[in-house]
Amino acid sequence: MELKTPLYDTHVKYNGKIVPFGGFLLPVQYEAGVIKEHMAVRTACGLFDVSHMGEVTVKGPDALKNLNHIMTNEFSDMADGDARYSPMANENGGTVDDLIVYKKAENDYLVVVNAANTDKDFAWMCDHKIGDCEMENISASMGQLALQGPLAQKTLEKIADPADIPEGYYTANFNGKVAGMDCIISRTGYTGEDGFELYMAAEDAPAMWEAVLEAGEEFGILPCGLGARDTLRLEAAMPLYGHEMNEESSPRYARLGIFIKKDKEEFVGKEALMAQLPLQKRGIGLKVTGRGIIREHCDLYDGDKLVGQTTSGTHSPYFKESIALAIVDAEYKEPGTKLYADVRGRRIEAEIVKLPFYKREK
Amino acid sequence: MNFPAELKYSRSHEWVQDNGDGTFTIGITDFAQDALGDLVFANLPEEGDAVTAEEAFGDVESVKAVSDVMSPVTGEVVAINEEILDAPESINEDPYGAWFIKVANVTDTEELLDAEAYEAFCATEA
Repeated sequence: MELKTPLYDTHVKYNGKIVPFGGFLLPVQYEAGVIKEHMAVRTACGLFDVSHMGEVTVKGPDALKNLNHIMTNEFSDMADGDARYSPMANENGGTVDDLIVYKKAENDYLVVVNAANTDKDFAWMCDHKIGDCEMENISASMGQLALQGPLAQKTLEKIADPADIPEGYYTANFNGKVAGMDCIISRTGYTGEDGFELYMAAEDAPAMWEAVLEAGEEFGILPCGLGARDTLRLEAAMPLYGHEMNEESSPRYARLGIFIKKDKEEFVGKEALMAQLPLQKRGIGLKVTGRGIIREHCDLYDGDKLVGQTTSGTHSPYFKESIALAIVDAEYKEPGTKLYADVRGRRIEAEIVKLPFYKREK
Repeated sequence: MNFPAELKYSRSHEWVQDNGDGTFTIGITDFAQDALGDLVFANLPEEGDAVTAEEAFGDVESVKAVSDVMSPVTGEVVAINEEILDAPESINEDPYGAWFIKVANVTDTEELLDAEAYEAFCATEA
């Protein structure tokens, strides 16, 4: 059965096109459509329901020790309010999930994981728990909104005390208020733009959604669906679990090697992840130079030689051309290298380009 | 949603116009373009290609997905609308103006619906 987020009725009210995703019924787009929603986030701001994401608290004297043991990044130097991205690997060097760890206070962390992986991740974390630490899956009690775009700050300032809005990218305020409701205000996102992720009690999510949309109206805010979320993250070359990484595929192939800390004494999967070096395969970006759109799971050829496969691909609304992420043999890395994608029996020419495709001007 | 009375419709959401001169013009319906969302790419056959009723002759791609376009008739392609190759968004804007192909020498036609029956059919698909 598909679950509904606390905002399901709101999506219906705003004429969202509802589809099943990650076990939830969510809007793939609203009336404006994917392209307009995408461009609103690039030029103004957009609002997403991301309440389907999972939240797990990690508390206790050994909380930090557990995070450093179960995840590949290093969390020892985090200050209160810091956010840190990390892969979570299995013993074979595959990827269990990618996630964000927030430090609320000493011995008190919040881990945000992908919706479809929430139950798997929670079980994995509990199975690998060491020492004195308590983990709790609080996903059902939390709502989450993503307010993203160059005018996200201006929008938020109208309904939150500017002093409550965190300034640094990847920092959060656990004691914020938005439109009078308690809220974690986090300066993070999945679009390549400045913006915020807001965590609130599930029952407050619909009222906060309405308050943010009203505040953003004068700036051209649009409610945005999963379609735009995917095209935005793809232009920013941000990996998506189940596409660029999975249980069998290394986080390194999703270009997450910098979040794997070899100097840590131990962590789950360390041995296998270290044995993957030097890399036999790598994650690259492709721009289509032929005619057509390359999507996921297209085989890639150098002449007659199969050299890899795409993991995501779409038409880029910002560049108005087709782009894709792919995992290929490690020798294929030079920008300008031509490869051919097999798209339903047709060969479409593409060339390797530098990533990310899109980077905002600071 | 718009269902012009002078057209016939397939259950796979193409429209057919009988031009009265032995040729038939084919496109996708308002319902289809709305369901697909922003179209960004169209792939068409070439003039002279054969098309077969209830088989795909081309495809359209939205930002998120690719979708086959089926031929409601069996015959020979005598014209393609190159404008939709350069401006696929015109299919969203004007689905009954942005035709895909014209077919002649038609030897077979699938069972088509009139506007009223097609509108009722769409209501069951929505």
